[in-house]
Amino acid sequence: MTYTEKTHAGFAGQPDVSDPRVLAWLIRRHGLEMTHISRGSHIGAIFSVAEIMAVLYSGVLHVDPTQPKMPERDRLILSKGHAGASVYAALAERGFFPVEELATHYANGSNLSGHVSHKGVPGVEFSTGSLGHGLSVAAGMALGAKKDQADWRVFCVLGDGECDEGSVWEAALQAHQYQLDNLIAVVDHNRMQSLDFCENTLALEPFGDKWRAFGWNVIGVDGHDTAALQAAFAQAKENRGTGRPTVILARTVKGKGVSFMENDILWHYRTPQGEEYEAALKELEAQRP
Amino acid sequence: MRDAFTRVLMREAAKDPRLTLITGDLGFGVLRPFWETYPDQFVNAGIAEQSMTGLAAGLAMTGRTVLTYSIGNFPTLRCLEQIRNDCAYHDANVKVVCVGGGFVYGSLGMSHHATEDMAVLRALPGVTVFAPGDPAEVEAVVPVMLRTPGACYLRLGRGGEPLLHEKPVEGWTLPRALTLREGADVALLSAGGILTQTVGAAKQLAEKGVSAEVVSFPCIKPIDRDKVMELASRFRHIVTVEEHSVVGGFGSAVCEALADAGSGCRVHRIGMDDVYSTIVGTQQYLREAYRMDEKAICERTLAWMEE
Repeated sequence: MTYTEKTHAGFAGQPDVSDPRVLAWLIRRHGLEMTHISRGSHIGAIFSVAEIMAVLYSGVLHVDPTQPKMPERDRLILSKGHAGASVYAALAERGFFPVEELATHYANGSNLSGHVSHKGVPGVEFSTGSLGHGLSVAAGMALGAKKDQADWRVFCVLGDGECDEGSVWEAALQAHQYQLDNLIAVVDHNRMQSLDFCENTLALEPFGDKWRAFGWNVIGVDGHDTAALQAAFAQAKENRGTGRPTVILARTVKGKGVSFMENDILWHYRTPQGEEYEAALKELEAQRP
Repeated sequence: MRDAFTRVLMREAAKDPRLTLITGDLGFGVLRPFWETYPDQFVNAGIAEQSMTGLAAGLAMTGRTVLTYSIGNFPTLRCLEQIRNDCAYHDANVKVVCVGGGFVYGSLGMSHHATEDMAVLRALPGVTVFAPGDPAEVEAVVPVMLRTPGACYLRLGRGGEPLLHEKPVEGWTLPRALTLREGADVALLSAGGILTQTVGAAKQLAEKGVSAEVVSFPCIKPIDRDKVMELASRFRHIVTVEEHSVVGGFGSAVCEALADAGSGCRVHRIGMDDVYSTIVGTQQYLREAYRMDEKAICERTLAWMEE
């Protein structure tokens, strides 16, 4: 059985990835398989960001798999690069490159590095991996688009733990100063970081108030509710013209979708193998849309 | 040098309306003509070098040549990872400009002494490193830098350095070294604003009957290997001079070129020993204190030649 046959088993024909629930399920399915094959990390983050990525790639982002460098495309930067598998999975399912290539994640000689990389991967806008870089670059792109009076928008997905980085707040000041209402940040607010909960590490709360105080348009949303996410992105689009950048604080659960991974810091690092892989697969299969 | 830089930049900004200059809230006396003339091509990123550099990468990706500007170590070391990951790895057309290479801000203390920048930036793949030696070299290299794809680093001195080239440097191409004085006994190779001292040392050597060739390297990465090899074939001793650590910078680049070629020529490196500066003073005072002023270059060269 090929990688694609295995991950697409149970779908009658080609999965309908214009449905964000289908795409989110596939991101999790690939996330499980990719971290299983590669013995890789960060499945918890891949699962928490699944609906965010799915909603973006199923319709919010103006992108074209046949023209990945189309000048008027929307730009997406995944600043929390360790959830790179979610971008690779979404791009492959949207037809930017063959789904079969996902099997090479982490492998010797592969382009699909653990942290998201643009080299040799059609559709990836920007490489990250060191936290705190993405929002500045996204702001630069948005500033360029504004100067050019272009319609395209810039999206940047961050982690909440990532907001420990001072450079995030430098960029937050700049995006406000330059009135980047074509910039939409999404924080995958799963409340956990590398060693512990955010609140036990460097407390972020009141998190929304912090962004508001920086002059941002703040939208809070259940980050696993695809309809609510779509509504939040629609609201962000309406914000164009106000001169304020938007941040969507998406409340998520680290490891969402597999009961024993949820809210357990262990699954920031742990790779699904053996009985744990089988149990996770069974839980995901039960959720197939 | 910084005035020559602004002059060239004003000219280039007129030719390329997408050329954009971002400052990290510095350059009051230097950049003012630029922001007054080209407000749409100017951004103040605030005192936020990391985000300034990421911003520059993103802006460059919208089809612009973008310069980041600050002083001392701020545009380089403070945001090194943004230069590496966001600019260089992405081939972003970002030109990092430092005013105050070496001891320009000598009295302000160690934080403001840029003495490892060339070594650090030279180590990054895809970054072209420029260190012009006088205003004429600035005029020559800046237009070339702006047309060099990808990330570049420009290390400038201060304002008011004397012109050392007798006439403008015409038709400069990357990475050509420039001979200021021909000689027969020893070669003095220089990178950056310390060129005044190197030229002065050659004059002092001449008074002592030693004929020194002086060659300036306005680009240290890539380095003009042909020139280095030619000098190695003509001279038994080569002295490198830089207002910078002797670890990893210009002298190291010359040594690497010669080692790769298997040359038997002796190379002597003048610069900061592998230490931080712990005293303050004028640029010239610190050059003397750390034995890289023209007198020290002369004396050290003579001693090496007698070895």
